Amino acid sequence: MDTNEKALIMDQDKLKRTLTRISYEIIEQNKGIDDLVIIGIRTRGVPLAKRLANKIEEIGGKEIPTGVLDITLYRDDLTTLSEQPILKKTEVPLDIKGKKVILVDDVLFTGRTARSALDAVIDLGRPKHIQLAVIVDRGHRELPIRADYVGKNIPTSKKELVSVKLTELDGEDKVVIEEL
Amino acid sequence: MVLKRKDLLGLKDLSKEELELILDTADSLKEFATRKYKKLPTLKGVSMINMFYEPSTRTRASFELAGKYLGADTVNINSSASSVVKGESLVDTGKTLEALGVNIVVMRHPMAGSCKLLADNVTSSIINAGDGTHEHPTQALLDMMTIREQLTSLKGKKVAIVGDIAHSRVAKSNIWGLTKLGAEVALSGPPTLLDHNKFTKLNVTCHHKVEDALKDVDVVMALRIQKERQGTTLIPSLREYARLYGITKERLSLAKKDALLLHPGPINRGIELTGEVADSLKSRINEQVTNGLAIRMALLYLLSGGEQNGNIA
Repeated sequence: MDTNEKALIMDQDKLKRTLTRISYEIIEQNKGIDDLVIIGIRTRGVPLAKRLANKIEEIGGKEIPTGVLDITLYRDDLTTLSEQPILKKTEVPLDIKGKKVILVDDVLFTGRTARSALDAVIDLGRPKHIQLAVIVDRGHRELPIRADYVGKNIPTSKKELVSVKLTELDGEDKVVIEEL
Repeated sequence: MVLKRKDLLGLKDLSKEELELILDTADSLKEFATRKYKKLPTLKGVSMINMFYEPSTRTRASFELAGKYLGADTVNINSSASSVVKGESLVDTGKTLEALGVNIVVMRHPMAGSCKLLADNVTSSIINAGDGTHEHPTQALLDMMTIREQLTSLKGKKVAIVGDIAHSRVAKSNIWGLTKLGAEVALSGPPTLLDHNKFTKLNVTCHHKVEDALKDVDVVMALRIQKERQGTTLIPSLREYARLYGITKERLSLAKKDALLLHPGPINRGIELTGEVADSLKSRINEQVTNGLAIRMALLYLLSGGEQNGNIA
């Protein structure tokens, strides 16, 4: 798919500041860091979850457990896709019963990924609550879902693509709008 | 990489990449088998039938649970309780199931090639759960998964398969799969159950003396003596077979120090292997069963996804 980079939304510093702000918001809203578990939704939610956990640990002085969620098995469109998605591991190495789960993803768009992630987390146990943190909310929701922590709201057209690039996967940190 | 196939009939015609995709998918699904709540919505609305024309405990239960865990609707049919006893042909049975909207048929049949016959005549996906002496692809895949999991890779690993090679569909599927992924395979069995001329063409070595096959191998795979297929004409007695080919502690010590012992089950204790060996630390027989569930879930997932397969809308 050919795309043109249309606008730079966040550079490395801005992304760093955004993650710091979200970290403080998470601590504030949860009245501390007890029982927090941060779970990244594959693929880009995973490094973002790790960064948030590190930041919260830096501020709160206590290690925050993290996990990785693959939502492929919970998609509602598996049999209508032209090609089946590659399945990757879900790794949540602790019992989430009674924990405060923060789900992390890069972009919130239709809400279908978040819905699948909610189902996937609930199948792992009964958390106290689940909150959602995203770097960009670009609108166009198809389900009644909203994020608890948003890096930036970016109204987009459906022809545009919001791309969050991360050093761990893409070699650089930035958020851009691309046009299809 | 995707698995663009309607059916899974054997490992002979699968590419190395397809084999790796199935094994990787099964690795990802294994975590699920250890969960408290085992029910996924992935195959909601998909229906599958287990059609078993031969007795089976673990394969059938494994397929049925794999389907149920993924959210499919599963039904079991035994040949003794089906229209087969009334004389209905296999293709007609298949057409009936197709008319009932069945998406996936898992079939075990005493005739080699029966799954291919069914697959050619119906639009449902057919998974071979063992056809005569031809292939048993899911068993070989779970063996390969167990070896890969324990030894990281199959490349360059030496695997000895001991027993009734001639009648073993497990051995045949394993030969195709293991050699494609770079393992070296050594076969051993009585001359009546292992035709050197036939098997050496498949890039494997054949040994009538079991000790020769076991030397320095990473994996020892004992096969079940199939009393139901060979009658009693091909080996003088089970006792003699056990004495010459049975895996004992002494024989197992010829393999590498940390070698694995596999057996497709059910075990004839004291014949293919001694009870002591079957319960030893080298035995991975129970892991094989768990991995079998993951392999079957992986196949149901891979054969069901994607419109391009054209099998499930």
